[in-house]
Amino acid sequence: MANLKETTKTKNKFTKETYLFWYEKMQLMRKFEEKAGQLYGQQKIKGFCHLYIGQEACAAGAATALTKDDKWITAYRDHGIPLALGSDPGAVMAELYGKITGSSKGKGGSMHIFDKSVNFLGGHGIVGGQIPLGAGIAFAEKYKGTKNLCICFMGDGAVRQGSFHETLNMAMLWKLPVIFVIENNGYAMGTSVKRTSNVIELYTLGESYDMPSFPVDAMSVEAVHIAVEEAAERARSGQGPTLLEFRTYRYKGHSMSDPAKYRTKEEVEEYKMKDPIEQVKRKLMELKYATQEQIEAIDLTVKETVEAAVRFAEESPFPDPSEAFKDVYAEEGYPFIDE
Amino acid sequence: MREIQFREALREAMVEEMRRDKNVFLMGEEVAEYNGAYKVSQGMLDEFGPDRVIDTPIAELGFAGIGIGAAMNGLRPIVEFMTFNFSLVAIDQIINGAAKMMYMSGGQYNVPIVFRGPTGNAGQLSSQHSQNFENWYANCPGLKVVVPSNPYDAKGLLISSIRDNDPVIFMESELMYGDKGPVPEGEYLIPIGVADIKRAGTDVTLVSFGKILKVAMAAAAELEKEGISAEVVDLRTVRPIDYKAVVESVKKTNRLVIVEEAWPLASISSEIAYHVQRYAFDYLDAPIQRVTSKDLPLPYAPTLIEVILPNVKRTLQAVKTVML
Repeated sequence: MANLKETTKTKNKFTKETYLFWYEKMQLMRKFEEKAGQLYGQQKIKGFCHLYIGQEACAAGAATALTKDDKWITAYRDHGIPLALGSDPGAVMAELYGKITGSSKGKGGSMHIFDKSVNFLGGHGIVGGQIPLGAGIAFAEKYKGTKNLCICFMGDGAVRQGSFHETLNMAMLWKLPVIFVIENNGYAMGTSVKRTSNVIELYTLGESYDMPSFPVDAMSVEAVHIAVEEAAERARSGQGPTLLEFRTYRYKGHSMSDPAKYRTKEEVEEYKMKDPIEQVKRKLMELKYATQEQIEAIDLTVKETVEAAVRFAEESPFPDPSEAFKDVYAEEGYPFIDE
Repeated sequence: MREIQFREALREAMVEEMRRDKNVFLMGEEVAEYNGAYKVSQGMLDEFGPDRVIDTPIAELGFAGIGIGAAMNGLRPIVEFMTFNFSLVAIDQIINGAAKMMYMSGGQYNVPIVFRGPTGNAGQLSSQHSQNFENWYANCPGLKVVVPSNPYDAKGLLISSIRDNDPVIFMESELMYGDKGPVPEGEYLIPIGVADIKRAGTDVTLVSFGKILKVAMAAAAELEKEGISAEVVDLRTVRPIDYKAVVESVKKTNRLVIVEEAWPLASISSEIAYHVQRYAFDYLDAPIQRVTSKDLPLPYAPTLIEVILPNVKRTLQAVKTVML
């Protein structure tokens, strides 16, 4: 994979601060999601809940490669990105609880985290539905003449949707500043990639539209950063979109109700050997960017942050029934049928 | 007042709004170089250039979603469907995207977008090109649905729709684009959600909207010859519906006939009939009648179309029934 070579070549391009940022954010995502999984088991969190465990490098590596004015959008496995971008973990957890203090005031739940303050345009529940939205967000940046871009995440299942192909075609035709990221964790729910098409090298799908398209080892946060940084340069210099296939792995089932019996234990263990957080921890130690004590101190901070988020969610009230009629329309006083 | 065509009224609304607000742009199939499949956007590419009048590939799902994403990020797109029959391949983006964004983001992202184009039958086009989805879209909270019946309303309502901060479905007709009517020059707004009495009367209320309103108006003219005074209420908007205007008219006339081009089941006419029995039951002197398309796909042969579409004859029969 081209980007792996790049990584080796430039392995010291990242600062101590960057490694520490990655470690802390990825640990936050991991511990937050482990907690969310437990809370789901206790039925504190209801509905569907799709965990990001194993895929943390995708969000963390992209976060350091982009600027704060860039826009983000993804599907329903959406807790990781806002945490990487600096959203309040309490607001995200409160949303999982369905509380009024949640990032979407309890109206979205796990699949619809949005946070305008960090330019996160959501968590979307229809597979592939966010792909044209991401291109449209990028369209607006180009129209307004900014240098900002949109990074649009999707799962490997989404590439079989018509919305993916229609959007890639138009995004390349119009040279929109968008980075399409396939988080290929190998499974569309329970259906492995190879059972969904003859074309299983997913990045090659972009080549049908003459789009620069690359595979990326997304268990390596450095590789993710480098690939996104290159794609961002293309987007900002008017060359248009890039398709990146992030090869990643989710340790857990598709959602909390999925025991993931379609995979072997060995397969899961093999991926855990390449765990993105362990890789960064080793790098921090190797490069003497952090001592064992400093790493433990970060772990403790993360643990406290997650505990505080849970406390905040627990203590927050559910929305008042009158909230049901708010936020449907931007218009004040829309005359709902109410009888 | 000068008279212009329906298509020109629509064009004036778009052109004036695009001059006024640089965030407004038009996107759709054949809108730019071809000057619009029905010439609604004629000349707009010349004035605004290809960055603001944008031809798309035939990919309704994709460009509807691109429009919604652009609206989430500060623009005010007008997305043209060559016909709303083709909007069905984009309906996921409209229902699951545009209509839900404000709510599921807890009010963080509204979607100021207009989807516009013709609805309903347009001559002998058979089953896939002759459908009315006004009631489908009107069913969905989060959307507004506007269906004008004449050039004056079209311009004022389209300006309001473009300035609206919520997603608006704006439905026209191929068979109306050539209709001429008085339209003032310059800006005027007609509020969304307000019905209009197109003809005042005392004996029976005819409720309709969109191009089939012409059937109601023609029926009212016939009835006048027979000494029956029909009041014609043009809903103009089917989400929200101006129920009050309908109820007020029924309280005056005590009789109601609804004329609608869509299929009968779960239609706007069923909704109006429910509302009137609920809120004006004691004012009704006869059961409500309606004239809709028959419960059938629209075929090609003219003799079959004649059987299916609402017409003046069936409307007069319905009025006679409520007048008995």
